[in-house]
Amino acid sequence: MKCKRCQSKAEVHLRQHNSAFCRGCFVFFLQRQVQRAIEKQRMFTRDEEVLVAVSGGKDSLALWDILVELGFRTTGMHLALGIGAYSQASTEKTEAFARARGLRLIAVRLEEEGVAIPTVVAATHRPACAACGIIKRHYFDRLAFEHGFPVLATGHNLDDEAARLLGNVLHWQLHHLAKQHPVMESTHERFVRKVKPLFRISEYETAAYAFFRGIDYIVEECPNSVGATQLVYKDALNRLETVMSGTKLAFVQEFLRTGRVAFAGHSDGAPETCARCGAPAFGSRCAFCGLVHEVEAKRQRRATAGCANKSQ
Amino acid sequence: MRITLLPQHKQIELDGRRRVGDILQHLGLLPGTVMVIRGNELICDSEFVEANEAIEIRNVISGG
Repeated sequence: MKCKRCQSKAEVHLRQHNSAFCRGCFVFFLQRQVQRAIEKQRMFTRDEEVLVAVSGGKDSLALWDILVELGFRTTGMHLALGIGAYSQASTEKTEAFARARGLRLIAVRLEEEGVAIPTVVAATHRPACAACGIIKRHYFDRLAFEHGFPVLATGHNLDDEAARLLGNVLHWQLHHLAKQHPVMESTHERFVRKVKPLFRISEYETAAYAFFRGIDYIVEECPNSVGATQLVYKDALNRLETVMSGTKLAFVQEFLRTGRVAFAGHSDGAPETCARCGAPAFGSRCAFCGLVHEVEAKRQRRATAGCANKSQ
Repeated sequence: MRITLLPQHKQIELDGRRRVGDILQHLGLLPGTVMVIRGNELICDSEFVEANEAIEIRNVISGG
């Protein structure tokens, strides 16, 4: 198989684009695809400094690398989730990436904040991925706002967006369908614009890009993701993709182009303000403070039980 | 050929010269969900792996 651009030996075959590329041409192709997405969707300009959420995985590190290569001003933001050796390795990879390139990184350790994922899951009995999502979104929004960034970029890729869309359609989540878009504009003074520059790039492409660029990312999966619903959706979509190339891209692109408008009337509207922390909230308390309240209540019950045992 | 599956760190031996696409099918893996790495290069589904070669098959699907 030969490279579409230079006719040398191809290393990647992209069925959805009916194209194959050598290493150098693929890196060029991918960077250009991301640049086009940023421009076409008006995600941000070169005057704006971008806060990039980085986990230590292939997608977020590839995104950060691409934005730097395209000449955008960036700062990384990493949350150490407190999930044992997995989180420790993720943080090490992220810090090593930033250090090697001389990039600024803001890191927050959830253990020091009292909301490490295992602690929260044990106290609330919520699914780990659900609790993790609430905590991540809270800190992403908070750090972006507190540090004065106008825009926050995440490494969500085509497979993530297609799986999310499939889940929203299967359960007819009209509010979620209304707001599923690669650009989420600010709807509250403490919300900054959120963008997904990789929304048209498949997981295979971000992995290949990271491999070619020598990015040392964490290959191991989060131990909490075993059996996650999102992986079931991804598997179903990849089976469709095997027999019908381009299904995932068409699913997401056509939803954005023609389908999404049908759900516009189901938007949540502007959020209110959390009475506890001042963050955006749908109700009097934000989802994060709801979690914290549950964790604190559990701690109090334990402390009370401990005192009762000692006094016996 | 010797195959290392990541992230499981599992080793598999297969005999004979085989096409990458056939190896993936044999292992029940879908194209586009893994990278097939030989040395320092990625190899496409249409390429052959010789009986005496070693490859790494690395999962690219993450979720949660």
